[in-house]
Amino acid sequence: MSLTATAKAGPPSPAGTGPGPDDGRAAALRRTWRKASPYAYIAPFFTLFIAFGLFPLVYTAFVSLYRVELQTSGEMEWRGIANYTALFTDEFFWTSLRNTFTIGVLSTVPQLAMALGLAHLLNYKLRGRTFIRTAILLPYATSVAAATLVFAQLFGKDFGLINYVIGLVGFDPVDWQTGTVASQIAVSSIVVWRWTGYNALIYLAGMQSIPHELYEAAEMDGASRWRQFIHVTLPGLRPTIVFTVIISTIGATQLFGEPLLFEGSISGGISHQYQTLGLYMYEQGWGFFHLGRAAAIAWVMFVLIVVLVGVNALLVRRRARKEAGR
Amino acid sequence: MTALAAPPTAPEKGDPPQTPPSGRRIGKGGAGRTMKGGWLSYLILGFALLISAFPFYWTIVAASRSNADMAKVPPSLLPGPNLIKNFEQVLEEADIGKALLNSLIVSGSITIGTVLCCTLAGFAFAKLKFKGRNALLTLTIGTMMIPPQLGVIPLFMLIAELQWVNQLQAVILPGLVSAFGVFFMRQYLVQSLPDELIEAARVDGASTARIFWSIVIPIARPGMAVLGMLTFMTAWNDFFWPIIALSSQEPTVQVALRQLGGGYVNDQSVIMAGTLLGTLPVLLVFGLLGRQNVGGIMQGAVKG
Repeated sequence: MSLTATAKAGPPSPAGTGPGPDDGRAAALRRTWRKASPYAYIAPFFTLFIAFGLFPLVYTAFVSLYRVELQTSGEMEWRGIANYTALFTDEFFWTSLRNTFTIGVLSTVPQLAMALGLAHLLNYKLRGRTFIRTAILLPYATSVAAATLVFAQLFGKDFGLINYVIGLVGFDPVDWQTGTVASQIAVSSIVVWRWTGYNALIYLAGMQSIPHELYEAAEMDGASRWRQFIHVTLPGLRPTIVFTVIISTIGATQLFGEPLLFEGSISGGISHQYQTLGLYMYEQGWGFFHLGRAAAIAWVMFVLIVVLVGVNALLVRRRARKEAGR
Repeated sequence: MTALAAPPTAPEKGDPPQTPPSGRRIGKGGAGRTMKGGWLSYLILGFALLISAFPFYWTIVAASRSNADMAKVPPSLLPGPNLIKNFEQVLEEADIGKALLNSLIVSGSITIGTVLCCTLAGFAFAKLKFKGRNALLTLTIGTMMIPPQLGVIPLFMLIAELQWVNQLQAVILPGLVSAFGVFFMRQYLVQSLPDELIEAARVDGASTARIFWSIVIPIARPGMAVLGMLTFMTAWNDFFWPIIALSSQEPTVQVALRQLGGGYVNDQSVIMAGTLLGTLPVLLVFGLLGRQNVGGIMQGAVKG
């Protein structure tokens, strides 16, 4: 972008002949600069954006067709689609794909449902409103690493607090590490804990932009609070809900820190029982040094996200059309 | 039912996640503002707050006890006397001190750089006319949804080529790229900077640079503050890229926490002491400015 700026600012100077800049020339220069200067304002961002944002994203597809090893990352050897075929014949790829999906559902659905309920309550006139909103956002301020270490402690098999409470209620302790379902629930609970408050505030913002008159009208029709929630709040909140579903889906697809730190193993448990695609990519790239294959996984994740977001948008549009037709 | 058939279409046009103009002041207008919450609402919210806060409390309890205490049944639910001892031990074993300093340098640089870059670009996108403006803005917003994690392999190859592995700039420079920040500052300036003000300054013969420093910056300051806080938090908590680009020789807090959780320290209360030390700074920032953070997120923050 800065290239354009200098190129545009360049021409006027050699055109002038006098030793000192006369008024006309200065004005012309200033005019040219005014035209070019906007590019100077976006140049810092776009230089960084292209180098560290856009280029890596696009180049990933390219790298995924080569054999690149971590120790000699400068050497690339053409492999065609071999990285992909290797991927699709690896059973752990399919395991991690399935895990990503199940953990995604286990974390996203309760998270958004609870956030919706909390937002509804937060929307009432409450004492200590600011305090409650801030406190509910506290988990969001915590890092994945810190949260996971604490939860790993709480979910400890022998001395964890959660198993202690389960024992108090009279059940047998759960093996939160080796059980497939149990470990996935444990990992998901970290995600749910960190993001529920955040989503609740997003929903709250959406609720507050629903016109008041709609509720007054509903009340005049004798609609109960529950009916108002179903027939006024939910439809009015639909764009916000779509937004949070998409954001959570993207987040779930690339889940990484929670499964990595839950036990500290890059394979996501002894039998890969909670290894996600993000973790599988890390294992291939930085555990086994196959950067090319890791790039193929990244590309698969990208396609997955595009498909999931597309399906989402499609469902919403069909739903909207259905309702418009009613 | 007749009155209820209308709602779906009316509010649908706006897109709440992206800064509804009326949403600037939280709590104004809106649905339930007249309805008082009953005791059940307080009860449920109280329970939610308890769950939000309990892991923090538990961290303090665990960090102030001994490893033997942690393996006791029933577990101790009150803080113990070992906090300082555990702090000392984790500072010694995991080099949390260096990690804290590094995180401060990294997050500080990223925050200042991002806010500056994004204010510059946001101003240009909001108020200056130039060829390709809409295309570039669309490109920026379009990539907002694509997780940067997907570009991590070429990024690593680039950093390796530059011989930056294990150096802080490997984390700082990519951290400066924030499409969300550009979008956020643009929205902020579109709303709060009147065109007439710029026109008036132009008539008075002020250059664009002069306008930027004397008019745009003072007006943009509250938005810059919110963006700064969100950026600082995101940078401090960033996990994936730092553990790839850095190692235990030059760790940020998150890299150090990963080491702690990686099994070479077996003392649970020392691990929790490290977690506490690594979380305190960001909680402090959050505690001081939590209210604005809440506002910032409600104005349409996007997951980091």
